[in-house]
Amino acid sequence: MDSVDLLYKGIYILVIFGITLLIATYSTYFERKIAAFIQDRVGPNRAGPAGLLQPLADAGKLFFKEDFIPARSSKALFIIGPGIAMLVATMSSAVIPFGDMLLVGGREVFLQAIEVNIGVLYVFGVVSLGVYGLMIGGWASNNKFSLLGAIRAASQNISYELAMGLSLIAVLMMTGSLSLREIAEQQAGFNWNIWYQPLGFIIFLVCAFAETNRTPFDLPESEAELIGGYHTEYGSMKLGMYLFAEYINIFVASAVMATLYFGAYNFPFMAELEAWLAGATESAVTANNIVTLLGVAAMFAKIFLFIFFFMWVRWTLPRFRYDQLMKLGWQILIPLAILNIVLTGGGILLKDYLF
Amino acid sequence: MEPLTNRRKNVEQLPMTFAERAYLPAIAQGLGITLKHFFKKKATVQYPEQTRERSEVWRGLHVLKRDENGAERCTACGLCAVACPAEAITMTAGERKAGEEHLYREEKYAVTYEVNMLRCIFCGLCEEACPKAAIFLQDDKLAPARFERDEFIYGKDRLVEPLKTTETK
Repeated sequence: MDSVDLLYKGIYILVIFGITLLIATYSTYFERKIAAFIQDRVGPNRAGPAGLLQPLADAGKLFFKEDFIPARSSKALFIIGPGIAMLVATMSSAVIPFGDMLLVGGREVFLQAIEVNIGVLYVFGVVSLGVYGLMIGGWASNNKFSLLGAIRAASQNISYELAMGLSLIAVLMMTGSLSLREIAEQQAGFNWNIWYQPLGFIIFLVCAFAETNRTPFDLPESEAELIGGYHTEYGSMKLGMYLFAEYINIFVASAVMATLYFGAYNFPFMAELEAWLAGATESAVTANNIVTLLGVAAMFAKIFLFIFFFMWVRWTLPRFRYDQLMKLGWQILIPLAILNIVLTGGGILLKDYLF
Repeated sequence: MEPLTNRRKNVEQLPMTFAERAYLPAIAQGLGITLKHFFKKKATVQYPEQTRERSEVWRGLHVLKRDENGAERCTACGLCAVACPAEAITMTAGERKAGEEHLYREEKYAVTYEVNMLRCIFCGLCEEACPKAAIFLQDDKLAPARFERDEFIYGKDRLVEPLKTTETK
């Protein structure tokens, strides 16, 4: 890799990092707005035009609150906990292809921070590390409610990780690749995986809710029973970090779902549009760049739709009971995911046999 | 077991159908309902800019009126205290001295006039009973919350309408 590529990668990673944080910040604002709209209220509208500075006000409030560390807590771990949650959350967007390829000065610029051929495994590996943040936070607080919340978080994440991985295997069987770029490319145009994997997608979606600790699976927090779950003892920006990490996780989960099932940066009639543009502008480079940028827009539109869906569900469904949650994960989603694998395998064999 | 009466009804608990057990149709229905609310008219009143209108018959904080010359109307006749069902009004009457004609309208006036806001039920009967049109329940003022109980006993200092100091033309 020469120095220009390295510079480009550095800039791209910074940009993606910034976009991730920006989207997570404004997710808090839109969460409140959407909650308000669903409940026939107006929502934040005092800070700045239409309340757009509300996230800043919230952050300011969190920063100026007393940063309290319980006396009997394990101090080092207590401080590390939110840090791990944040670090892990921001790491996973590195392998997601937010767009196809731009041609700048004869150089192929891929809109993806790191292209690894095990992209899916990387995402899963990093996301499953996130539970350490919650677990360490809950344990270090030296509070039995925090510990209960942390244990719930750990067992819930592990249980749903299984069903999530199994539902994903069907996609991998179809695409034959672990690289997210490869999976995205195979869904060119309107050939999205959702058409072949509706059951797998529903399982993946439910598991994504559980993995990001969102309602109806937000049992690690469950304010009503556990005060605040794993972050009961946290205040100030440490609490802010935990909550912020949750929003980053939502963004990443949305991006992964869009990539795996909803065609990533592909949109209908993409190839036709590119061919027409190449004819109209008489430049293949311009046509490619325009279509790529439209693809980036399509990708973010899909991500935003999913983020909206996360919030929409949150303000519709009540929280599950813990035994119901476990039963759903182990007795329903895992068998369904295995059934989905069998069906997909049968379908692939049938296709080979017929054509 | 043999039922004691024939009024007992058998409650049928049908086993849930597959669609009901799968939850997803019900969830979709619920999502539809919440999305409808997304587009409904908002019930919020933007308080400092907008205030909610009170009912026309709303009765608020008492005021003791002055007449057109600035003299107090109240003659301490006690009809308001008699009319008050909550017995919130007490007063002592005094005789007007020479030179106080600009202060009190009649020869008799209220030396003290107290309304106990903890007892008052804002029924408006004092207003109806008053023959001199002296006491009114204002339609734009609330009796504010206070920290001490004795602060709820409103004396003349807080009840009597303030004098219009500068009457310029």
